[in-house]
Amino acid sequence: MREWVPRDPPPRDQVAETGLMRRLLLSLDSISGSRLARIMAYALGIMFFLTIIFVPPVFGILLGWSKIFEILSYPDLLSRGVSAIIASFAIAGAVALLDLAAGLPMAWFIVRSRSSWASTIDTLANIPFVVPTVALGYSVLAFWGGSQGISGLLGSRFAFSPGWQMIVLLHFAFSYPVIVRVMVGALQGYKDIYETAARTLGAPTFTAARTISLPLLKSSLVAAFLLAFARSLSETGATVMVAGAFENGPVFISKARLAGQESPLLFVSFVLIVASSLFFIGVRVLAPRMRLPISAVRPQLEKRLSSGPAVGLRSLLTLLVFAVLVIIPSLFVVLPAVGAVADGTLQEAFSGNGIWSGYWQAVGLSYLVALAATALNVVAGLPVSVLIARKRGGEFVSGILDTMVNIPIVVPSIALGVSIGIFWGGATYISEFWLLIFAHASITYTYFVRSMVAAIESIPMEMEDVARTLGAKPLTVFRRLTIPLSKYALLAGAIMAFTRSVDETGATLAVAKRLVTAPVLMVQWVRGIAAASPSAIGLGLAFLVVTSFASLLVLTLATRRT
Amino acid sequence: MKAIDHVNLEISDGEYVCVLGPTGSGKTTLLRLIAGLIYPTSGGIELDGKPVTGLRPEDRSASYVPQQYALFPHMTVRDNVAFGPLARGFSPEESHRTADEMLRLVRLAHRATAFPHELSGGMQQRVALARGLAGRSPLLLLDEPLGAIDARLRVLLRYELRRLAKELAVTVVHVTHDQQEAMSIADRIAVLRDGRVEQFGRTSEIYSSPSSPFLANFVGGANFLEGIVVRRESGTALIEVAEGFSLTSSEKEHSAGDAVVASFRQERTSVLTNASTEENVIPGKLVSTSLLGVFMRCVVDTGRAGEVMAKVPLREALEQRLQDRIGHVVYARVARDGVMLFSRPERALAVELEAF
Repeated sequence: MREWVPRDPPPRDQVAETGLMRRLLLSLDSISGSRLARIMAYALGIMFFLTIIFVPPVFGILLGWSKIFEILSYPDLLSRGVSAIIASFAIAGAVALLDLAAGLPMAWFIVRSRSSWASTIDTLANIPFVVPTVALGYSVLAFWGGSQGISGLLGSRFAFSPGWQMIVLLHFAFSYPVIVRVMVGALQGYKDIYETAARTLGAPTFTAARTISLPLLKSSLVAAFLLAFARSLSETGATVMVAGAFENGPVFISKARLAGQESPLLFVSFVLIVASSLFFIGVRVLAPRMRLPISAVRPQLEKRLSSGPAVGLRSLLTLLVFAVLVIIPSLFVVLPAVGAVADGTLQEAFSGNGIWSGYWQAVGLSYLVALAATALNVVAGLPVSVLIARKRGGEFVSGILDTMVNIPIVVPSIALGVSIGIFWGGATYISEFWLLIFAHASITYTYFVRSMVAAIESIPMEMEDVARTLGAKPLTVFRRLTIPLSKYALLAGAIMAFTRSVDETGATLAVAKRLVTAPVLMVQWVRGIAAASPSAIGLGLAFLVVTSFASLLVLTLATRRT
Repeated sequence: MKAIDHVNLEISDGEYVCVLGPTGSGKTTLLRLIAGLIYPTSGGIELDGKPVTGLRPEDRSASYVPQQYALFPHMTVRDNVAFGPLARGFSPEESHRTADEMLRLVRLAHRATAFPHELSGGMQQRVALARGLAGRSPLLLLDEPLGAIDARLRVLLRYELRRLAKELAVTVVHVTHDQQEAMSIADRIAVLRDGRVEQFGRTSEIYSSPSSPFLANFVGGANFLEGIVVRRESGTALIEVAEGFSLTSSEKEHSAGDAVVASFRQERTSVLTNASTEENVIPGKLVSTSLLGVFMRCVVDTGRAGEVMAKVPLREALEQRLQDRIGHVVYARVARDGVMLFSRPERALAVELEAF
């Protein structure tokens, strides 16, 4: 009584019915059935990763090996370089710890507080993350140092001049949201049943939090610390703006670049690459063994710390720190921008005269590079994401690939740029434009791949199993299952990569001698290279802020599912 | 660790085979092997006489319906069901026509535009079924299809499954741990335990001639008494199961001196209120009775031979007023052809019957 035949291709008359597009797709689908075709697709993805993303930044610096150690014959330069490196690590470490101290109570407040302000504060806490770092840099400079900032309010005693203090203030502000984001996520996922159990056994809230919750959240604390540390270590544009005469790693490298001093540049880059990689591996390995101070018991003190007024005071202090050290400095750039609307700078900007023609060119270049880098990463990153998420090629290979993919964001971006520049240096047929794209692709690849891997891993294998037994070839499964079910993560990853690329200063400074992207131009304007008025600078930065907000708004809307 | 060991099964066209076994017996592994989602370490699989062992799932002709259905959440019911034909290369029109036909068969045509999360568990199962059938495979692999359905619906739906399969002349391998389910709809049952096939045969065969105590217990349930064959004469065996007490069996396999396990079905055990000189009458105290629908289950403590359970037809039990005789002496009786004999298992009987 059987009417149909098993597994035969459809009868001829039906094939003729199908459109050209569909026939093309079906041919591609059946090609994907061949093992060779699939291996080639993965191989191409891995090759792109290795030749463009991984090898140039990590190993390029070694090509300049001979020049690296020339610096040893210039003791002054050497000691300056070494001080710069130490300064980078010291500042990053101090900032990460300070941010943990200030951000953790904030995260606690956001998650545990019953106040209706909590979610507003949560959104506000993202601002320094969302504002491009060059805008943040100028904002901090104006607030802590300028005449209209804090010195105008409280007197010039409170003003800072550019230097390491301002760097700390700047880095504190822009790494703060990192801590808050990670810890809010961790606290929301954390089942407070443990803490509740401790409290029903008589422990005051503070003790329960310190001795029970904190150790359980340790891995998130370490992750937050590392992310804040990496951001501080790597940032270049804004740091250059507020550094004055002080030098950390990225500042030193950019100065050496401008002065054309190759050996110090290579030396500091090399040490930064090695030191940051070792540091991150070290912390990842040692952190699980680290113990938090939970054995001491001080019931009286902690009971008082858990009381209503104490908690209220703590919340107030947390919010005060947030407002004065994070939010206001971040948004201060609004003032000159508003002024620019009033004093006619806005019209001048749109007319494209004078400094503004260079500005729009730079903005155009920034977006073009970001778009190209993101597109490359999406196309080449998809096979690698599937490889890692589905462990094709075995556990070992995907494990190694997973680790390798994370490395480019660990290294300071300017050192990465230097390394990439050297790697491709001999290849004079590659234009500066493409070097820029490669450098930006390197920096943003990780964001995209990590987002995709998480999304693909969350698709149940069973669905793919069923689809395959129904006759779907690997490409069909990918087209009709994997992509539709992970499209939000794809968009989110792409937008994160795009925004990060537009924001990037360090790598651009390292790689490009002639081309100028928007953030680099802004640093030039702030340093007084072009005759740009504060209004112009404010306006220029404000445009960047607005577009950054816009793309992140798109991101929020796109990832909001019903 | 072997998930499947020396499994040899030959399934005919259009057959409805149930693979029955406790959790961890390797049932799902077997299904995934046939589907091609995992490859055997040794041995092979043939479909329609052609070896398919190295073939990927999409090139075989077996549709797999997992326990959780795995309906594609981003597609409507109709698109879910049309997925198979579409993936195979049929035109969208033809694929949707097949989908509509399948949905009519499972009586879900009116929900064609709904999304999976909008449907109840029973409806989702029918969509999963329709999707598997629309794929036009001659072989359907069902992994505990009724596992997530409530008990009452389970009984109704299992007959639906068989009806659909027979109407469309599809061969089915249906995995389950529920022996009632298997016994009521399977043409043949393969009982799996620890990765091995204990027995593969028609339901009636397995019920009347189980090949091991485990099978007698797992499929149908029974009483078990350990003993030794004392005497063999003219086609019957006499087995001493406790001091001074013997059972007679018409089984012909075992010889005098063999250590055996004597087993008889609870539903073939009757309860007498008066003593009798007939054979296979075991005296004991009636410990408890419980109502099981059409049966009354009576537990008789025979002392030396242990507890014996009888499933007495309700009408008889009520006539004998067994529920009033708790604590009194009663007699459990079984006919000689109801006594099955097995060789004593290597492991302790209790372990053997536990089926874990």
